[in-house]
Amino acid sequence: MRALPDIERRLAQLLDGSPCAADAGELLLLAEEVLEQWVCACGEVPTAEHHEGFRLLALHRQGARGRPSFNACRESCRELAYHYNLLTLQVQHADAGARARMMGLLANHLCLFVAGKLQAEGLGEFCCASRPLRAGAG
Amino acid sequence: MSDDKTDKYRRVAYYPGCALEGTGHAYNRSTRQVGKALGLDLVEVSDWNCCGAMEVKNIDPKIQTYLSSRVMSIAANRMGMDVVMAPCNGCYHNLKKAEYDLAHDPASAEVVGRLSAKAGHDAYRAGQVETIHALDWIKAAIGEEGLRQRVRNGLKGLRVANYYGCMYTRPRHIFPEKDAGPGSESTFEPHFMDDLLAAAGALNVEFPLKTACCGGAHTLSDSDTSTKLVLNILRAAETAGAEVIATECPTCHSGLEMHQIRADRKFGHKTQVKIIYFTQLLGLALGLTARQLGLHENVSDSLELLAAKGLT
Repeated sequence: MRALPDIERRLAQLLDGSPCAADAGELLLLAEEVLEQWVCACGEVPTAEHHEGFRLLALHRQGARGRPSFNACRESCRELAYHYNLLTLQVQHADAGARARMMGLLANHLCLFVAGKLQAEGLGEFCCASRPLRAGAG
Repeated sequence: MSDDKTDKYRRVAYYPGCALEGTGHAYNRSTRQVGKALGLDLVEVSDWNCCGAMEVKNIDPKIQTYLSSRVMSIAANRMGMDVVMAPCNGCYHNLKKAEYDLAHDPASAEVVGRLSAKAGHDAYRAGQVETIHALDWIKAAIGEEGLRQRVRNGLKGLRVANYYGCMYTRPRHIFPEKDAGPGSESTFEPHFMDDLLAAAGALNVEFPLKTACCGGAHTLSDSDTSTKLVLNILRAAETAGAEVIATECPTCHSGLEMHQIRADRKFGHKTQVKIIYFTQLLGLALGLTARQLGLHENVSDSLELLAAKGLT
C-alpha cells in the first residue's frame, strides 16, 4: 500500500501523459489504495470483500461506517466504478482517452479529499475543518 | 404539479444571506432580476440575520439552529409567509438542518425556545415554513416548459458543467423532499440545474464531479488543498468539454473563481473554463443584459465568450 503522496505523484504522472483504456486497472487500484489509507487510519483492516463487483465500493462502505461525513466521496467512488466499466467494456470507444482522463481526475479528487480528511481526522459532523476550532474552544 | 402548488411558490420569502450582500452580490442581483422577469414575487425577510454558517455551527451547533430558526420565525410569524427561498447552499443547508433538529431533537427546541423568549420573538416551530433553494423555486413556480415559453435568447448550445457543490444534497436526512420519486430532486445525481439550463438552451455535459468537495472549508486553513481540489474540478469540467461551469452557491462560486487564479499562479496550471451563476445564464436566456445580471462583477471574465456566442 503506497503512501498518499506517492499515489498523488503517480496520478499526476498518468494525467500529465495521455491516459488510455489500458490504465483503468491501475487507476482503480490507486483509488483502492487511497481508501485503504483511510480505513487503516481509522484503526481497521481494509476489507477484501467486493460490493456490486468492486472492492472500491466495499472499502468506501467500510470507511463510511460510523463516519457519515465520509459519504461526501461516495459519488466519486461510484463514478470511478462507472468509468472503469466504460473503459473495460468499450476499449476501442472514440472517447476512451477522455474517459480515462476523467477516471484519473476522479481518482485524484478522491486522493485529495482523503488527504484533507486525514489531516483533520475525526473532525466535525459535516465540515471537516471544524476540529481545530472545537479543540480551541474546548 | 397543480396550479395551487405552483401558486404557492410564486410569492416567497427571500432570504439572501450574508454572502449575497458581499462576494455573491452578482448572485443576489441576478436572482432578483430573473424573479422579476419571470413574474415571481420575492419578499425579503425583514431584519434577517446570519444563518450561523460554518463559524457558529463549528463552535455550538444549537446556536446555529437558533439563528436559522429566527429567520424562519420572522418569515412565518411576522410576515405570514409559507415558503422561504434561500439561494445560498450554506443558508439553505442550515435552515433545513434547523428544521430537522427542531422536529427531532427536544434539546434543540428547548434552546430555541429559551433564546427566542430572551430575544423577544415567537419561537419557530418545525413545519411552519418550507425552505427551498433557488433551483426548487424556479422549477416549482415556472418549470421547464414555462421557462421554454419565456426564453427570448436561448443559450445556443453553450456547453455547461453544472456544479451543485456538497451542501445542496448532504446529509440526505435533512432533505426529506428529495429522492421522493419522479419529479423530485436526487441527492445521488442532482439534476434541477441541468433541467432548467437545458430548457434555456444549454447543452449539459456529463460532469461526474457535480457534487464533489471544493475544499471550501479548507480555504483559509489549508489553501493548497482547496486549490488542488478546485483545480481538479476545473480540469474535469474541461475534460468533459464544458465552456462554462454553472454554480448555485456563492461560496462554491467564489472558491472556483479565486482558486482558478491561484492554481495558475501557484501550480502553473491554467484553465479556461468560465464560472457563471445559473441565474445569470437563465437571465441571459430571458433576454436580460449582462450588466443587469452582474456579469461584470464576476472575477471569472466570461464576457468575451458570451459575446462570441451571441449571448450578450
